[in-house]
Amino acid sequence: MAVNNVWVVAEIAESGPTSLTLELLTEARAIGTNVSAVTWGPDTASHAGVLGEYGAAQVYDVGDLGGTLPGVPVAASIAALIEGGDRPDALLIPASYDGRDVAGRLSVRLDRPVLTNVVGLSENGGLSTQHTLFGGTVVATAHFTGEGPHLFVVRAKSFTAEPGGGGAAEVVSVPAPDTGATGAAKVTARHVEERSGPKLDEASVIVSGGRGLGSAESYQMIEELAGLLHGAAGASRAIVDAGWVPYSSQVGQTGKTVKPNLYVACGISGATQHLVGMKGSKHIVAINKDQDAPIFSVADLGIVGDVHKVLPALIEALKNL
Amino acid sequence: MNVVVCVKQIPDPAAPPALDPNTHNLDRTGKLILDDSDAYGVEMGLQLTSGEGDEVILVSMAPGGETSGLRTALAMGAARAILVSDDSLAGSDALGTAKMLAAAIKRAEPDLVLTATESTDGYTGTIPAQIAELLGFPSITFAKKIAVDGSTVRVERQTEAGYDEVESPLPAVVSVTAGVVEPRYPSFKGIMAAKSKPVEVLSVADTGVPADQVGAAGAGQEITDVSKVEDRGGGEIVVDEGDGAQRIVTFLQELKVV
Repeated sequence: MAVNNVWVVAEIAESGPTSLTLELLTEARAIGTNVSAVTWGPDTASHAGVLGEYGAAQVYDVGDLGGTLPGVPVAASIAALIEGGDRPDALLIPASYDGRDVAGRLSVRLDRPVLTNVVGLSENGGLSTQHTLFGGTVVATAHFTGEGPHLFVVRAKSFTAEPGGGGAAEVVSVPAPDTGATGAAKVTARHVEERSGPKLDEASVIVSGGRGLGSAESYQMIEELAGLLHGAAGASRAIVDAGWVPYSSQVGQTGKTVKPNLYVACGISGATQHLVGMKGSKHIVAINKDQDAPIFSVADLGIVGDVHKVLPALIEALKNL
Repeated sequence: MNVVVCVKQIPDPAAPPALDPNTHNLDRTGKLILDDSDAYGVEMGLQLTSGEGDEVILVSMAPGGETSGLRTALAMGAARAILVSDDSLAGSDALGTAKMLAAAIKRAEPDLVLTATESTDGYTGTIPAQIAELLGFPSITFAKKIAVDGSTVRVERQTEAGYDEVESPLPAVVSVTAGVVEPRYPSFKGIMAAKSKPVEVLSVADTGVPADQVGAAGAGQEITDVSKVEDRGGGEIVVDEGDGAQRIVTFLQELKVV
């Protein structure tokens, strides 16, 4: 089956389309001939230029959701378009909180399976997907055996975003049909956890801390080192769940996927959950007192030692350079 | 209030995982245990059901009538379990699994359905929304706090930027992160009591879901190749003898980061 029509579920943040959205549009251009974006929000028309520049010929606009969580209405609008005769061969969906909701809801509405955690796509008559398993030690190749539309949930940083030079996309309004009780979950307040310095998924240096820090107070060392290296501070799931640092700092399977030039892992053992989020970093330094910690299997430089000794000495040394 | 908690029984993550060389399915022939990430939902369910007539009902799907993971959750305090187990389910994808779970959940007439955000072994992360759509329920995924007030569930939901306060009428599906509560350890009394708690076992036919929609035949996707990734290799591991920090500084200088 040739891949002609590719739709991208496009998420728009405060500053515009998310980087993952632009990555998906870029890849959609590479595998398909006709690319459309499906998006929502109060002011989608103002982003038609960027979406077009990265490859969308048209934008299906579900409109302002007024606080309704996007999963249900966005899936309902897409399903209605398809029932109305539109025929996307493939839908690329971001592996984000809302993206996974859209994928799950749409999967049932269309009665089609989903391939998730996609990190690569190749076209040879149909689409094959690549997935990393078991903490990135194994790559599986998969494909759909049934009819489309085919749903792919793609992880961040799997593709590099590049503008294609297209003009502004044509905006087509596709308000969600009535979704009854299913669409009743509403956001009543939003909390943005402010961070200083570069954004975690854009920083060229990331310093992350884990359970080995021993206490929430010790995370200050991570922030100080990140500041000295002009980088961002990250965290493993263990200390996010423990409430030491905000969720927005989490690197890993359920957090952010990062590929900085340098990743410094401090007191992080390297569970699969964490490795999948940072294994693509160009250079990795790890400090951990357990010599057998899995993090050392991906480290370019591993220091077997106590973070409470190594980090203060490192901070001091960098201050004196 | 009936709270259904979906739990998965998985191969022990401490043992090296393996894929069947022919089917590429995850090898589930060994002993299965309760997925750690499901203990949070079980605990949350127990904390929300302290009233008269309130119950936590477990729903699971596993091969060979497996109940060892269910017994762990029953020992924590769940009242009973519904297990879908049928040889024809081997190789099911997430959608097929969601259809089975949704059919089992319906029998428990839930006010609230709790799940993990994803399983530790398969981690597709689509099941909560799939179940919700199949049941016709609203859903809130990635909950880090949950409170039930009458017929409304209020949730703090993790987002890329921080968190949102979200509310929904019941019945609803809520997926919980590991931070939502601290799971209790089963007591000796709980472990003994768990042995006699009821586990209803359903076949595919019992659920009423057409047999061609589940199992490998209904999967609609297949793995065609599995290969090892080359190790990054060549890393230098040194034991800190007071010079660890300096080794890192030298490495950073070579990279021209400092």
